Amino acid sequence: MPTPTRDTSPSAPDRRDFLRQSGYLAIGFSLLGLESCSGEAGATGSDGTPKQATACPPDTDRIDAWLRVHEDTTVTVLTGKIAIGQGILVALRQIAAEELDLPLDKVKIIMADTGHTPNERYTAGSASIEGSGTAIRRAAATARQQLLERAADELGAAVVDLTVTDGVIGATARGERTYGELVAGKQLTAQVFRDAPRKDPYDYRIVGQPEPRPEILGMVTGRPVDDRDGYVQDMRPPGMVHARVVRPPVYRATLQSFPADGVEALPGVRQIVRDGNFLAVVATDEYAAIRAWQMLRRQSNWEVDQSLPDPANLFNDMPGRVTNSEVVTSAPNAHSDWESATARLEALYTRPYQMHGSIGPSCALAEYRDGQLTVWTHSQGVYPLRDSLAAMLDLSADNIRVIGVRGSGCYGHNGADDVAADAARLALAEPDRPVRVQWMREDEHGWEPYGSAMRLQLRAALDGDNRIVSWVTNLWTDVHSHRPGGDAAELLTAQYLEGGPEAPTEGYLGGGYRNSQPLYRIPNLHIEAHRIEGPLRVSALRSLGAYGNIFAIESFLDELADRAGEDPVAFRLKHLDDERARAVIEEVRQQVEWPVYDAEDGRGWGFAFARYKNEAAYFAVAAEVAYDAETESLRVLRLVGAIDAGQTINPDGLRNQTEGGMIQSASWTTLEEVKWNTNGIVSLDWETYPILRFPEVPEVSVSILDRPGAPPLGAGEAAQGPTAAAIANAVFRATGTRVRDLPITAAKVVG
Amino acid sequence: MSQPIRLRVNGQTHQAELEPEMPLLYFLRNDLALNGPKYGCGVRQCGACMVLLDGKAQPSCVIPVDQAQQHDIETLESFGTPDDPHPLQRAFVEEQAAQCGYCLNGAIVCAQALLAVNPAPSDTEIREALERVLCRCGTHSRIVRAVARAARTQNAD
Ligand code: FES
Ligand code: FES
Repeated sequence: MPTPTRDTSPSAPDRRDFLRQSGYLAIGFSLLGLESCSGEAGATGSDGTPKQATACPPDTDRIDAWLRVHEDTTVTVLTGKIAIGQGILVALRQIAAEELDLPLDKVKIIMADTGHTPNERYTAGSASIEGSGTAIRRAAATARQQLLERAADELGAAVVDLTVTDGVIGATARGERTYGELVAGKQLTAQVFRDAPRKDPYDYRIVGQPEPRPEILGMVTGRPVDDRDGYVQDMRPPGMVHARVVRPPVYRATLQSFPADGVEALPGVRQIVRDGNFLAVVATDEYAAIRAWQMLRRQSNWEVDQSLPDPANLFNDMPGRVTNSEVVTSAPNAHSDWESATARLEALYTRPYQMHGSIGPSCALAEYRDGQLTVWTHSQGVYPLRDSLAAMLDLSADNIRVIGVRGSGCYGHNGADDVAADAARLALAEPDRPVRVQWMREDEHGWEPYGSAMRLQLRAALDGDNRIVSWVTNLWTDVHSHRPGGDAAELLTAQYLEGGPEAPTEGYLGGGYRNSQPLYRIPNLHIEAHRIEGPLRVSALRSLGAYGNIFAIESFLDELADRAGEDPVAFRLKHLDDERARAVIEEVRQQVEWPVYDAEDGRGWGFAFARYKNEAAYFAVAAEVAYDAETESLRVLRLVGAIDAGQTINPDGLRNQTEGGMIQSASWTTLEEVKWNTNGIVSLDWETYPILRFPEVPEVSVSILDRPGAPPLGAGEAAQGPTAAAIANAVFRATGTRVRDLPITAAKVVG
Repeated sequence: MSQPIRLRVNGQTHQAELEPEMPLLYFLRNDLALNGPKYGCGVRQCGACMVLLDGKAQPSCVIPVDQAQQHDIETLESFGTPDDPHPLQRAFVEEQAAQCGYCLNGAIVCAQALLAVNPAPSDTEIREALERVLCRCGTHSRIVRAVARAARTQNAD
């Protein structure tokens, strides 16, 4: 087999040395003294010593599932969640350090790894602090209690007479013990006690502080500070080979032929892997893989089994394509109130398909050795992925280990799981070598599962006092989650394998009506969600249907306020009882000195509010936009937000992800729409799917309303919907045009 | 057909047998195991792969190694290390100007090229200098603040 010569001259450092020194993320945990849990209890490790087998996944009722106390009085926290760029790891460390009375730098963390961490399903829905955070806090509080009891025993003192400072438990005149001495190498395996005494939130010293994220230093220097802090894209284990997958022109197509001889003759190509309609190439180096991929793409023949429908009819066709409907909330009087109302309003809003658009295309590594498959992935759910891979490859889940590694930001279910499945399938074809697959840009744009298009029909009636008396929403949408969840069918790879599963599973409609119920006081509220099977591949995109629903509700609220001749903020407050909701609105109102009607020509402010999922963080926002009639350009100038996420764990992290959500939503709202035609997806790069660039990004600011003692609330998605509506409302104030179809482009303002 | 190529990267000369049309990005990442430049699009639309070519920020995904031979190439790694970060790198840490961080290579490399010719840029000038860099996490305002901070500290020195 031809391989390119790539040996550098003697004057240059040896290539393999480079790999050994700088590029390889260690995958073992010897440094942390952690044994790996695996399916094979009683097996021996490579050095002949028996493996300490712990159950896999660990029993989450036990302390040691969540944290390990080491002899040097450091602690390792284990979380089933993965870092997705929102600073979750430092926040979870803060929670553990706080409850254990340890300095933050003594608390390390390991994220999602089916060889170590608890099974927490997915890192999604802004639920990490509520879920993992709560579990870790309980485990830490129980551990502290246990350590206190041991110390009391050893020191001959009563627990109440003990003090804890930085992991040292002391009793006056009786000496002291460190956590390390107390555990003496043995783990705390007791049951987590739900009601273990926990700190008074008013005494917090670490939680609530804007602790910096240590991994940022590694990001800005290109040198991960910790061996688990690098990107999966940057892993280069010895012996690694590169692969690329050739996707068909449309979702449903059959592979007729491909240029096997030509591709195999290319330098560096190891093999072409063809399995049904799955076509890939493995090469010794990345550029060789890419060249082979290009040739395969150009010269393979596919028979299109089903072309895509004409995009022009997408929204009009929806009511005729309903597969099932769900009444989300029903009000028998909603219809009669409609007839007798003083004022009535009806409006139709739409949201197109939009993409996650990670800057780094999805990437994974997989290695199949001695019957064991190891996969390195930035998937949001390592356990469900493991089970899905087991189903796809007909392997036992016990023989698969899935390790979470940082990736490019994902904002939901992007190509992460699919590329991991690509790598896993190819690892079987290339045993004993790590196989690295990174999707090409057009793969990511064209094959990631998009956020679903939605059609939202709202109507409401006002009484004589301009109060909303009834409200009816009908919404049409595809589902908003097709996560693998343990099945093979949702993995793109599996759908193309010989004898692979055909249709994806049902999916999750619930995400489609997320936040479809306004938080406002409305006596008769009736909401129906209609599922359609849309033409494009879809799954969870940050906030799921909440983005479309809140855009519609909060645009409509402004339209109702206008009809009533009332100020939109006052109109909202008039319908809101929840004090915390009112507080974030008041905060933004003060920040921007609302009402700001008298802006110059073409400029205007808009307002919006929502409580994410009606049970997570509260968020209000005002947007200022400028429309320039001469150049026909529209810009979002400023976004001013306020968030209440309960007790704040890390205010800087909360602010960072909220600012990020606002800017991202401004991009979705003013620019983004997946384009396609009958021959396939057209939005295959950043020119055909533009997103906001630096010069157009609005100024953002966020105030945090901290609630010490209140449960922390998920916040990572709170900004998506309100920001969209605030922009729509601002555009209306600035131009008099009400744009109800996202994205809100300058062309729609003119037209 | 591969041919001998000489590249000067971060002050060191490397010689290798390479396909002349191979984009520089792959040599830096795979042959030199550098993590700064990243693959994002391969078609000069996102800036993830930025390097300094004779001090100017250029996307390494579209520069063949053959052409890169005539230039002095610097990557993020040449700026500073975790123990001794460059003022720009320090400013990004101080502003916590990262979410996923995938775009930061492009942002820092473009900022360095800017500060070399304009030591006291306005926010608008910073934004324009970063136009070729895409950030999907919405970290833009922090990134602009970090660049402004680095400019201030550099000028104070
Ligand atoms: S990877 Fe070079 S500009 Fe995107
Ligand atoms: S921080 Fe994630 S792309 Fe910029």
